[in-house]
Amino acid sequence: MRRLLVALCFALVPVLATAGGGSNEALDEVHIDLSDKASLQRGARTFVNYCLSCHSAGYMRYERMAADLDISDQLLRENLMFATSKPGELMTVTMSDEGAKDWFGVVPPDLSLTARSHGSDWIYTYMRSFYRDDSTVTGWNNLLFPNVAMPHVLYRWQGTRDARFEEQDGVQEFVGFEDRALGELSPDEYDAAVRDLTNFMVYLAEPAKLVRYKIGFWVMVFMGILILLSYALKREYWRDIH
Amino acid sequence: MAKLMDWIDDRFPATKVWQEHMAQYYAPKNFNFWYYFGSLALLVLVLQIATGIVLTMHYKPDVSLAFASVEYTMRDVPAGWFMRYLHSTGASMFFVVVYLHMFRAMLYGSYKGPRELIWLLGMVIYIALMAEAFFGYLLPWGNMSYWGAQVIISLFGAIPWIGEGLAEWIRGDFVVSDATLNRFFAFHVILLPLLLALLVYLHIVALHKVGSNNPDGIEIKKQKDAEGKPLDGVPFHPYYTVKDFFGVSVFMALLLAIVFFAPELDGWFLEKDNFEPADILQTPPEIVPLWYLTPYYSILRAVTFEWLPGGAKLWGVLAMGFAIVLFFFLPWLDRSKVRSIRYRGWMYKTMLTLFAVNFVMLGYLGTKNPGYVDLIWFKNVVWAQIGLVIYFAFFLLMPIYTKLDRTKPEPDRVTGP
Amino acid sequence: MAEETDNERRRMLTTVTTGVGLVGAGALAVPFVASMTPSARAKAAGAPVEVDISRLSEGQMLAVEWRGKPVWIIRRTPEMLEDLAQIREKLSDPDSEVETQQPAYAKNKYRSIKPEVLVVLGVCTHLGCAPTKKFEQGKASGVSDDWVGGFFCPCHGSSFDLAGRVYRNVPAPTNLEVPPYSFLSDDRVLIGVGPEDTA
Repeated sequence: MRRLLVALCFALVPVLATAGGGSNEALDEVHIDLSDKASLQRGARTFVNYCLSCHSAGYMRYERMAADLDISDQLLRENLMFATSKPGELMTVTMSDEGAKDWFGVVPPDLSLTARSHGSDWIYTYMRSFYRDDSTVTGWNNLLFPNVAMPHVLYRWQGTRDARFEEQDGVQEFVGFEDRALGELSPDEYDAAVRDLTNFMVYLAEPAKLVRYKIGFWVMVFMGILILLSYALKREYWRDIH
Repeated sequence: MAKLMDWIDDRFPATKVWQEHMAQYYAPKNFNFWYYFGSLALLVLVLQIATGIVLTMHYKPDVSLAFASVEYTMRDVPAGWFMRYLHSTGASMFFVVVYLHMFRAMLYGSYKGPRELIWLLGMVIYIALMAEAFFGYLLPWGNMSYWGAQVIISLFGAIPWIGEGLAEWIRGDFVVSDATLNRFFAFHVILLPLLLALLVYLHIVALHKVGSNNPDGIEIKKQKDAEGKPLDGVPFHPYYTVKDFFGVSVFMALLLAIVFFAPELDGWFLEKDNFEPADILQTPPEIVPLWYLTPYYSILRAVTFEWLPGGAKLWGVLAMGFAIVLFFFLPWLDRSKVRSIRYRGWMYKTMLTLFAVNFVMLGYLGTKNPGYVDLIWFKNVVWAQIGLVIYFAFFLLMPIYTKLDRTKPEPDRVTGP
Repeated sequence: MAEETDNERRRMLTTVTTGVGLVGAGALAVPFVASMTPSARAKAAGAPVEVDISRLSEGQMLAVEWRGKPVWIIRRTPEMLEDLAQIREKLSDPDSEVETQQPAYAKNKYRSIKPEVLVVLGVCTHLGCAPTKKFEQGKASGVSDDWVGGFFCPCHGSSFDLAGRVYRNVPAPTNLEVPPYSFLSDDRVLIGVGPEDTA
């Protein structure tokens, strides 16, 4: 009887696995690999050069990023620090909030935790969903985030394109892109660059991720030993009873 | 060493307490899996307090500083991320443990006389724990923290006449603000931990007065040996200290596995929306409390009938409150002569199974949009309404089906775990 | 059912399991203790401070903050340097023998790397007040008629010379502390990092 109860509870587990809510958009999957230091370094470079002028990464310190990504102090100071001379400082943005509201209508959000609040697939898809749209202020629009205030900062890499829509059941459905001008990178190269950026942003959202799997493995080994020992001890004493 | 103990014993009942409550405290020898969760609950309480103290060293209870202080703890404080994850995982695991602990009582009739007070104290602990979790959840000042608090406090506003004033008094302001955050910090860090510690102490004192129940639901004190020791009892120390140590190892392995490999648990233990700071201008698409409060959230949202006097919101609040309060009456709603499910008839077995599955279903529905269809056939809100009926039926019909049920004779001696 | 209780085995298992358990508890305690050590934010706030002394003229002092404390940088004149040798008898520790008050490279008659540039913490070694600078000689200083220049602490009357050395018979027990520092160039001083550690 009890077994039936327990079994029924477990039967609900697959249903529970669809938890956590989620967006209705289909997202492209990106393969994250935080052990790929080269990828993280490339992502850091893209981030600092293209994102940090408007968006802050206000919870990350320059020197922490350099230490975690194996970037030397010299490389850090020469290539990745534009707003300050102190590597111990937080990666905040130089643009003022009032200026940002004036120029964009909204303050560009801090990106430190975007990979945790939106997910890596979202970032990867977002950065590859921009298209030209003359009806917006910036001339750019985004399939994943309609009427976003952000322009396509990486357009030189990806190139420019239009989006084609068709009316289906009274709704405008996206059917495909039409290239206007090619970018400096091929589609595959661009995807790889965005993947590196996303990879970096996953690290940015949780630097501890670099270490917690490794520590966790040894903790599990230890706990396994402790479980075996404590079970043997329990059995030994309970011989008296059984 | 012996002389030291003598010195202490002359001034403090150390050895006496040890003997009475550990070395000579006789517990039934047939405890099974369901009996691990009491000691585990105590362990998690200690863990939460220890990690909580560390977190308080770095946290700042101010709306302009709170969110950043949590990230500061995650990044700049040595091992800060570990402390944070222990605390967030511990909070959810506390409820896993407590629900299983409560379910044990429902399986074996541990709430029945003479253990009603243990059960009542336990129910107060349960409510205090939900309050503690609710207050704690505002502290990171994430967007879900803020909006979750707004919604739950506004429920108090539904109470006629005093509601708005009450909500304002709780908030200390017209909306959830810095005043609210600061007082919730005081409640979470000092008021409720002290209350919980006191209640847990009383809960254990009440337990030791009467002695533990067991899976067969019989009183082991009824069968004693020549020395007055229960025939089916074993001294808590060393038998259950050693068994509970094993339980602790397995539990800690599970908890640490989550901490190191999946602290967010795909949004179940740490919600994605809470990685964005509170934004009074932007509500998250779904406002959902953490999983352990969702069964009651489901019941709240299931009451959609505006034709009720006072409105659906008021009755939803009443239904939710009543759902929790019903647990208090369990010892008196249950009319069965036997305690343990092992000797009960098919009616109780069916109703309890149904209750458990229903509770999980309600919890699941509490995380979903009421207007969608996530199960089958009906919209979620309809299933929640069915769930509400089943939930109340379990309690309200209990005097009938426990009386009618055909029970089996209870044994004199325990049969096994 | 009743076996002989193997007490040996029981004792061994208990000891080993308790031991492993204690190791685990100890390992768990480490992050708790570590979390109280200075965080990255505290360390960043205590980071070395670079000072440009190109516009510091002779006889002048400039003060900067390092790790929450005032650091004085003085460009001493040749006369000031000469005076240092003459007041030896008036000082408690003229040869800087108390090791804690200066790094090895400042244990000399000028208590500095370059004779003309003094770098010293402006914290009185008695109870931590900030001494006032008294560079004027003699009566004009308001300290004493034979005053050759230095620092006077208003809290309890301790006095220090222009190398930060403490006078005899004053409440302060030791010389003013020289922090770790080094020269990045002739005009740039880095406070907080000694010469061996500078790149």
